[in-house]
Amino acid sequence: MTTTQSTEVPTKAALPPATSTAVRVQNAVIKYGFIFVTVALFLYFALSEGSFRESATLLDTLRYVSVAAILGLGVTLTMAVGGMDMSVGAVAGLGVSVAAQTMVVQNQVGTVAIVAVLAAGALAGLLNALLIVVLKIPDMLATLGTMFVIQGGKLILVDGQSITPGMTLDDGTTAPGRFTAGFLRIDRGTVLGIPVSVIIFGGLTLAAWVFLARTRWGRVLYAIGANPEASRLAGIRVGAYRALAYVLSGVLASIGGLILASRIGQGDVSAGTSQLLEAVAVALVGTSVLGRGRPNVWGTALGAVLIGIITTGLTIKGLPYYTQDVVEGAVLILALVFSFTLSKRRTA
Amino acid sequence: MSPTEVPAVALTDVSMAFGGKTVLASVSLDIAPGSVVALLGANGAGKSTLIKILSGVHTDHGGQVRVAGEPAALQSPLAARQLGIQTVHQRIGEGIVPGLSVAENLVFEELAQARGNPFLNGRRLLARAREIQAGLELGWSDAVLRKDVTELGISDRQLLILARALATRPRLLILDEPTSALSAAEAERLFALVERMRDDGIAVLYVSHRLGEIDALADRLVVLRDGRLTEDQAKPFDWDSALRAMLAQAQEATTARPVREGAEGDVVLSLRGVQLFEGRKPLDLDLRTGEVTGVVGLLGAGKTELARGLFGAEPFTTGSTALDGEPYAPRRPSEAIRAGVHLVPEDRHADALVPGWSLAQNISLPFLRSLSKAGLVQRAKEDTLGRDTIEALGVVARDEHSTVEELSGGNQQKVVVGRWLAETPRVLILDEPFRGVDIGARRDIGRRARTLAAEGAAVLVLSADVDEVLEIADRVVVLAAGEIHLDAYGEDAERDRVIQTISASV
Repeated sequence: MTTTQSTEVPTKAALPPATSTAVRVQNAVIKYGFIFVTVALFLYFALSEGSFRESATLLDTLRYVSVAAILGLGVTLTMAVGGMDMSVGAVAGLGVSVAAQTMVVQNQVGTVAIVAVLAAGALAGLLNALLIVVLKIPDMLATLGTMFVIQGGKLILVDGQSITPGMTLDDGTTAPGRFTAGFLRIDRGTVLGIPVSVIIFGGLTLAAWVFLARTRWGRVLYAIGANPEASRLAGIRVGAYRALAYVLSGVLASIGGLILASRIGQGDVSAGTSQLLEAVAVALVGTSVLGRGRPNVWGTALGAVLIGIITTGLTIKGLPYYTQDVVEGAVLILALVFSFTLSKRRTA
Repeated sequence: MSPTEVPAVALTDVSMAFGGKTVLASVSLDIAPGSVVALLGANGAGKSTLIKILSGVHTDHGGQVRVAGEPAALQSPLAARQLGIQTVHQRIGEGIVPGLSVAENLVFEELAQARGNPFLNGRRLLARAREIQAGLELGWSDAVLRKDVTELGISDRQLLILARALATRPRLLILDEPTSALSAAEAERLFALVERMRDDGIAVLYVSHRLGEIDALADRLVVLRDGRLTEDQAKPFDWDSALRAMLAQAQEATTARPVREGAEGDVVLSLRGVQLFEGRKPLDLDLRTGEVTGVVGLLGAGKTELARGLFGAEPFTTGSTALDGEPYAPRRPSEAIRAGVHLVPEDRHADALVPGWSLAQNISLPFLRSLSKAGLVQRAKEDTLGRDTIEALGVVARDEHSTVEELSGGNQQKVVVGRWLAETPRVLILDEPFRGVDIGARRDIGRRARTLAAEGAAVLVLSADVDEVLEIADRVVVLAAGEIHLDAYGEDAERDRVIQTISASV
C-alpha cells in the first residue's frame, strides 16, 4: 500500500528542463533555421553575382515583394484568429480596377481614388466577416466564395476590359482622366532613395507587429485563434474580433492593390490574381520563423523577403521566370515542415 | 459465476498514469460471460481510461489483462476487436459513416477489413446485412437497409452501431453511456437487446450515470473513484452505499466545517422561476454575501446549466434573475463579467486555458483592459499580476513565464481560478473546481474562495463530490434533474443526509 502525500509535490515543471546537446541543436535549427537559410542565400547570391550586391537591386527586390508582403500581413491577422483569407488577391485586384475607374473614367484626383480603394477593401472585409461570423460559413470556403464574387463583380464593373487612359467609353467619348502623377509615385517614387512602396511595406509591418504583439486587441486575436470558447468565457466578444481581423485584412489587401495599380499604371483586369498564393505562402512561411509555429508579423515580412531574394537571385542567375513557381512552392513546403513536423515533434 | 467458469475478461492490477498522475491504481476486475456489470464513477474517476485500455487505445498500462483465461496484449483497437472486445462509444456520430446505406454501415467492419474482397457486391452485402438484422430481431425491412444511414433516427443509429458490434460475436461488449441521447421508449428497445446479449453469453460492461437503468439491467455493479475500485455489489444493490463510494471520500476527516448555521447577510444574486430543463419545476435560489453555497448533484443534474446561465454563456430562457436588487440578465459572458459575476468553468482545457501561453498571459486574459495603456499591454504590470497570483494561490511553477502545459493539473486549476480574482467579483461561480486536482491544491483553492466570501462576495461551488462541497460550503443545495431537493445550512446539511437526498432523488 502506498501512502498518498497530501501536500503538493513539485513536478517536473518546477525543475529546469533537462536538455541534451542533440535536443538543443534541434531546437536551434527549428528556431533559427529559416533565418539562417535566408541569410545564407543572401550571402550566396551577393558573393556570386555582382549585380545582386547593388543597392538598386535590393530595393527593387523589396519593392517587388511589397504587395505580396502586405497582403500576407492581412492573411496573418486572419490566421491569428484561427482563420484564413483567400480573397486578398481578388481584393487587391479590385483595388486596381477601382483606382482606374475613379481616376480614368470619373476623372477624380488620386486622393479620391485612394479613399475609394480603401473603402472597397473594407467592404470586402465586411462581406467576409458577414459570411464567416454571422452566417457561420467556414473561413476558407467563405473567402474563396468572396474571391470569385469580387473577381467576377469587378469584370462587370469594367465591362470585362482593362481601363486605360484615353480608352473609348460606352457612350463613344474618350475617357477623360488618367492616373495622376501623385498616385503613380506610390510605387514609382522614392523618399531619400527608398521606394515609397517599400516604406509603406516597412511601416505597415511595424504597425501590424505593434498591433498583434503589443496591444490587448492583438492578444485577444491570438487567444481566439488558440481557444475560441475559452476566449468567449473570458468575456471576449469573439465575433466582433474575428470580424475586425477580416476587415483589417481587406484594408491591407486594398493597400496592396494601390501599390499594384500604381505599378501597372492602368486598370488591368487580371491584376492581383497571382498575388493570392504568394501572400498565403509568405504568411505560412512566416509561421516557421523563430520556431513559433504560429502566425506572426516578422515571420511574414521575413518570408516575403526570402521569397524576394530567391526570385531575384535566380533571375540574375539566369533561371527562366517560369521556374519561379516551383522554387516558391518548394520553399513553402520546407517552411511547413519546420512549422508542423519538426516543432510538433519537439513538443511531443 | 461458478468457480469453474472462466471470466470473459479479467483485469489484474491494471494501473495507468499520465505525466506522473495516477489515473488508475491497481484495478482488478473479472467479468463473467453472460453478465451485465455496471461501472459507475464521477467524472475523472478513471472510467474512460479503463475503457480505453480494454479497447486497445491506451497500451502502456501496468498489470495484466486476460481474455478467456489467456493473457492478452491489447496493442491496438484492432487487436482488441480481434480478441472479441467491442466498444460502443458515447458519441454515436463517431460510429456511423454518413453517405453509406444502412446495410453498408451494418457490415462496415467487414468492409474495412484489409483482407476482404476489394470489390463490393451489392447483393452479397445486402444478404449479410439481412442476416445480421434478423439475428438481432431489429425488424428492419430491405427498404430500411437500403436507406442512407443519415435518414435513420438517433435511436435506430444507436441500435445499428450495437448491431454492428454484435455481428462480430464479441466476448465482451462495452457500452459507454448508451442511452444518453435516447428517450425512455427508445432506451427500452436497447435494454431488450442488451438482455438478449447477456442470455447469449456475452459479457457486458455497462457505463452509465443513470442509476435507474443500472438497477433494472445490471447483475453487478462496481464503482471507480480516483482510479480505484471502491465498491463491488451483486444484485440487489445498496444504493446508499454505492453513492457513498462514488461521491464521498471514505474516511478522510473533513476539516473544520465552515461557519454559518443559517441565512445571514444580504442577498447578492437571486433567481426566481428559472427552469433548468424543459418540463422541470422552476427553481428559486438566493445567494448571500459572505456565504459559500455548495450545489451537489450527479452528472446531468443541471449544475453546469445553472452556472452557465448565471454567467450568460447559455442564458436562461425562463424566470428572472437579479443582482444586488437590480435586474440582471446577461446575454453573454462579457456582460456578466462587467456586472462582477465570474465563472471558473468545468473543463479547464476546453473552456479556460489558452494552450502555449504563459501563466501570466493566461491570468490576465479577462482583464487585459485594465492592464493596458492606450491599448498597449503593460507587460510589467501583467508579470506582477502573474507573480501575485502565484503567491496568493501557492501555484507551483518556475515563474510567471512558464507555459501552462508545464504545470500539473492542480496548478493549472489554480491559474484559472486565480485569473478571476484579479478584479474582485461580486459572485464567483466555481463549476467542478476540484476535478483532477490533488488535495493540496484543493485546500489552497478552497481557502481562497472562503477568503473571498469573507470579503463580501457570494461564492457558488458546483460539484458531484459531497465531501468536496462540505469542506468549503456554509450551505448545501442538492440538485437533481434540474430541481432543488435540499437547501440546508450547517448541521442540517450533514453528510449522510445529503447522500440520502441524492439517492432518494434518483
